[in-house]
Amino acid sequence: MNNEVFALLSKMFSYHFMVRAAVVGVLVSLCAALLGVSLVLKRYSMIGDGLSHVGFGALAVASALGMAPLAVSIPVVMVAAVLLLRLSSRAKLKGDALIAMISAGSLAIGVIVLSLSSGTTGDVNNYLFGSVLAMTGEDVWLSVALAAVVLVLFCVYYRKMFAVTFDETFARATGEKVEAYHMLLACLTALTIVLGMRVMGAMLISSLIIFPALTAMRLCRSFRSVTICAAILSVVCFMLGLCGSYLLDTPTGASVVVANIVAFLVFWLIGRIRERG
Amino acid sequence: MSLITCEKATFAYEGVPVVRDLDLQIEKGQYLCIVGENGSGKSTLVKGLLGLLKPVSGKVTFGDGLRQTEIGYLPQRVEWQPDFPASVWEVASSGCHGLWMNSQRRQQVEENLHLMGMEHLAKRSFARLSGGQQQRVLLARALCATRSLLLLDEPVAGLDPVVTREMYDVIRMLHEQRDLTVVMISHDIQAATQEADRILHLSNTGSFYGTPFEYRHSPLGVAFFGGCCCHE
Repeated sequence: MNNEVFALLSKMFSYHFMVRAAVVGVLVSLCAALLGVSLVLKRYSMIGDGLSHVGFGALAVASALGMAPLAVSIPVVMVAAVLLLRLSSRAKLKGDALIAMISAGSLAIGVIVLSLSSGTTGDVNNYLFGSVLAMTGEDVWLSVALAAVVLVLFCVYYRKMFAVTFDETFARATGEKVEAYHMLLACLTALTIVLGMRVMGAMLISSLIIFPALTAMRLCRSFRSVTICAAILSVVCFMLGLCGSYLLDTPTGASVVVANIVAFLVFWLIGRIRERG
Repeated sequence: MSLITCEKATFAYEGVPVVRDLDLQIEKGQYLCIVGENGSGKSTLVKGLLGLLKPVSGKVTFGDGLRQTEIGYLPQRVEWQPDFPASVWEVASSGCHGLWMNSQRRQQVEENLHLMGMEHLAKRSFARLSGGQQQRVLLARALCATRSLLLLDEPVAGLDPVVTREMYDVIRMLHEQRDLTVVMISHDIQAATQEADRILHLSNTGSFYGTPFEYRHSPLGVAFFGGCCCHE
């Protein structure tokens, strides 16, 4: 049995597109988990969701116009990130409702553009729910560069990120540029989402941001342990999901989400038992 | 030279001036208590002193080597997210300036936690501490951020009487032994006049500044005290 699985998996990684999907997926999962801890704790989870829908619209328009997908969607999603951040920090303007409007709006435009251009329902499906076939060699290098940028910035500003996430008022009083950190967080999130959404799908990419942080928080009580645990969980769940999708012939993005759900339930259960014991 | 000087400073909240033409000098080694009714502009003044709010007229200047980012600030107590993952150590050390923790900063955090009697809880979850313990940790964080001035915004609000007394004792100890200048916002007028050596009473009809003794005999003080006594 073990040998069979091993043989299947080694065959899986003999496909170049699988290796590319794995590399991009692991790096994007890692970045998403690191950024996700702050996003979830600052109650910005909806921003990730909104950005992925904007990304879908941008990708659809880019493919209809025959332009390079990343060259169009990266700047569009970055601008949207800054905009959504502004909206969600202004409670008076009903920020959450506006984010929902922008999400649904971009999704609608994307679907219309795809259906008007030569696209088939298969294309729409790939954009919405992801495809392992979508990754090119260029994407792999971009992901490596992105992961390097996110990891370096995250490590350098780790203490400041904690301070800003934990207590904005105090951080401001000690002279931290709180808005700048928010912008940095939003822009890195935008990049991560654009790179990850073609493997994971526009509808599912935000789960990479939200699940690992929430799962880790079931058991870990310090910011550092949550961050490390979320990063490991995210990578492990992605690989489990990817291998599972190959072995069972299920869609990749959805399989990764299921792996994350299982991890969450296990952590939640252990947390409950520990709490009682 | 004073640590902070306000000259005819007017601060506005959402466009409406709430603190008008304030002249105030905070001297090194002072223990100043700012009192006043709700809406009299205490929180607005705090923002002004922290440099988060520019005065619409007049000016605020810092002296005696005090940098605006080096005020040890204890924000008004809020309900912390009950599931926020943060250890006591992480919270206290977030007061330190700089991107990295070095051995000097680590030692500083340890000392301040020790001073607050919280070092044995360093690895515990901050969110699960009692209200009084959380305030002590946040004071340790404030101490990491400053060497000279503590600005405490309602440090005892919502704490029970025993813990409140302990907090006042801790603040007094910091004032006397650490030679820290203390500026405290408070509703607790009784304690304010016992603890502080200067009182600033903000009011929409005019303010008072002086020693606790002068305050007790001023029209504002008499009115405010009278109210408090009747209430009790």
